[in-house]
Amino acid sequence: MRKNPDMASAVAAIRTLLEFLKRDKGETILGLRENLTWATDCLTGVDSSVAVSSGGELFLRFISLTSLEHQDLSRCKKVMEERGELFLEKISMSRTKVAKLCHTFIKDGTKILTHSYSRVVLRVLEKAAAEKKRFSVYVTESQPDSAGRQMAEALRKLNVPVTVVLDAAVGYVLEKVDLVIIGAEGVVESGGIINKIGTYQMAVCSKAHNKPFYVVAESFKFVRLYPLNQQDVPDKFKYKADTLKTVQNLSEEHPMIDYTPPSLITLLFTDLGVLTPSAVSDELIKLYL
Amino acid sequence: MADGGVTDGPDKNDDVERAKCEGKEMTKEEKQRLRKEKKQQKKSKEKKDDAASQESEKGKKSDGKSSPASQPLPKPTTQKAPSAVPAPAPVPMPASEAPAPADKPAKSKAELKAERRARQEADRASKQGSKKGEVGPQASAGKPKAPPSELQPVVKRLPEHMQVDNPDVLKKLAKKLERQQIPLRLDYGYKVSLFSHLHQYSRKAPLTQQLSIPSTVIHPAIVRLGLQYSQGIVAGSNARSVALLHAFKQVISDYTTPPNEELSRDLVNKLKPYISFLNQCRPLSASMGNAIKYIKKEISNIPSQCKEEEAKRKLLNCIECYINEKIILAAKAIAKYSIEKISDGDVILVYGCSSLVNHILCEAFEKAIKFHVIVVDSRPRLEGREALRRLVQRGISCTYVLISAVSYILPEVSKVFLGAHALLANGYVMSRVGTSQIALVAKAFNVPVLVCCETYKFCDRVQTDSFVSNELDDPDDLIVTRKGKTQLEDWQQVDSLGLLNLVYDVTPPDFVDLVITDLGMIPCTSVPVVLRVKNVDQ
Repeated sequence: MRKNPDMASAVAAIRTLLEFLKRDKGETILGLRENLTWATDCLTGVDSSVAVSSGGELFLRFISLTSLEHQDLSRCKKVMEERGELFLEKISMSRTKVAKLCHTFIKDGTKILTHSYSRVVLRVLEKAAAEKKRFSVYVTESQPDSAGRQMAEALRKLNVPVTVVLDAAVGYVLEKVDLVIIGAEGVVESGGIINKIGTYQMAVCSKAHNKPFYVVAESFKFVRLYPLNQQDVPDKFKYKADTLKTVQNLSEEHPMIDYTPPSLITLLFTDLGVLTPSAVSDELIKLYL
Repeated sequence: MADGGVTDGPDKNDDVERAKCEGKEMTKEEKQRLRKEKKQQKKSKEKKDDAASQESEKGKKSDGKSSPASQPLPKPTTQKAPSAVPAPAPVPMPASEAPAPADKPAKSKAELKAERRARQEADRASKQGSKKGEVGPQASAGKPKAPPSELQPVVKRLPEHMQVDNPDVLKKLAKKLERQQIPLRLDYGYKVSLFSHLHQYSRKAPLTQQLSIPSTVIHPAIVRLGLQYSQGIVAGSNARSVALLHAFKQVISDYTTPPNEELSRDLVNKLKPYISFLNQCRPLSASMGNAIKYIKKEISNIPSQCKEEEAKRKLLNCIECYINEKIILAAKAIAKYSIEKISDGDVILVYGCSSLVNHILCEAFEKAIKFHVIVVDSRPRLEGREALRRLVQRGISCTYVLISAVSYILPEVSKVFLGAHALLANGYVMSRVGTSQIALVAKAFNVPVLVCCETYKFCDRVQTDSFVSNELDDPDDLIVTRKGKTQLEDWQQVDSLGLLNLVYDVTPPDFVDLVITDLGMIPCTSVPVVLRVKNVDQ
């Protein structure tokens, strides 16, 4: 993962799971599934992002969604591996698909506000820049890890005029911007999103200013959670994995993510198409049921 | 239905009178004879009313009608309905009867009404100028097939229980009940004008008083059930459905197929008067409607070569499975999902008495989650007391308030759990009156609202307000005696006073954060998706 910073952690996780599948010496299909679930848990234990757990679960569902009625276990495994490769290929293409859908919403002279460092948003802005659109970007600094500065660097390389603003200056800057584009670490069943801390604030402010709030996310980030409010998000996603293991009293730690409810989101751009928040549940039912 | 449809002036013959007084069920021959007489009376009435230019049509119509008695009555007459909509065109399309009577679907009462209305208009038009009438039938005969297909979507159907202020519909209902030999329940008291299109019955005049003894038309289990419904002994959506299914099990096990009849068709016909009777006792709920649809489907799917004993066993088994899957197991699944949402230290607000919500809270308590419950109650039913009793019996700590205090206690509440009577296709939640009020206030305080509902309560209806379709309970329930004085005792004497006792209201999906069903947790807007998935399954 360190070697290829452009790859999403979930994609790396899925690649690992595929390797694991190839090397697995299990005898039964049930055993195979259990091993894969255990592997996913391990991965989530290392990097507690929502995308890893959702990607893992979707991978498992995708490969087992075919008819596994072959006599020979090895042939079954072959089928599953092929589907695994297919899945990996699809999700590698997903970012491009999203970019293709979203860049048309960026017109000449648009001022965009974004939050922290998101590879999908970067890809979208790359595509828009490649289409010779003229736009400028405001990026929030996004403490505690200052990921926003990384984003600003990447955008400067694209020759896009970019300004870094404080997290606290979101309300101040919103009157100047035309739209807000955000990535997501996870998309939940209600149509809301889980993303870096500070996203919820931005969503509330953009609602107050009546600015469109767009989310770009790949479909493997759809997860079977349904948080009712900020407290309802499970702890294992809120804090980094090492924090969970080392720290005694979690209430003193600062959460890394927050939950944005669907009422604040205008549209979601995914590789399944442009969806409204209520359509997310529809897609999830199709994926999972 | 096969023997439903047109109902006109009932001049019964003596046999039928006798049969009714004896309380015996009319035999099939008597019913057919009655039907034929009604047809003839209608014809003779129309012959008198209509102008001469329509004489030829009458002739064709009677030809069409005298075609074999097995051809169901509604089809020839209702074929007139589609062409009736454009005003000047006279009513019947006799030419279309012959070519495609079998293809036309059975039309609804609303279309019969439209036909009658158009006939009146045609009478008026013919009085104005007979020339129009002559041109009309030729034109309509010329294009019999084209109008029906394009006019069919224009006529909308309205269920009869929502048209109580329309005398035609009432007359039709009365005749239908007479044919099924079920007494008609009369409305009671002054109805508030906004709700005058709904029935309002009095609990002191149960339907069973008008039944003759012995009544062999209605099975005694159904009579008992009807009485239990109308007196409020069996109340609550799940309880009513389960009681209904148990009564139907009794009916099926006591049923014997008459000779020369097929079980699948005859049993369905036997059930129809029972359903009308229950509807008269208390309007059917959405869950009961879905259960009845399921049973009818199962019955009609019984193959004809199946022996009676085996068929009955299969049906009883189906009903058992339905109750088990859709109600009991669904409750367990919902409890499992709900328990994930209840955490230690929660203060949960519940309204009224929902069997499902009570079950969830008891299960959560078994899992040793520490929470506190606030039970909200409202007059006149005071169902919250029952819920309070059940929860306290289990040892759950509870608080009891009336609905007027809801905005006072909401700042202390962390979650609101509500039950539902039905979930409509546009995401609206239909539940006990007062639910939408609680959801509204909870939204204002940013407290999450969770609705728990089994999937068999999902219905295809769409409603955006509580006026269109509701239930009016006995207005006398609102009268209360305090300190020996009953203020509203003589409310009927006061002309301008009306008592309104609503039973249901609808909550829009914006106020509901989450719906917990046996399929999982879904947002309120995904109800049509679930309905679609279910239809695909079936």
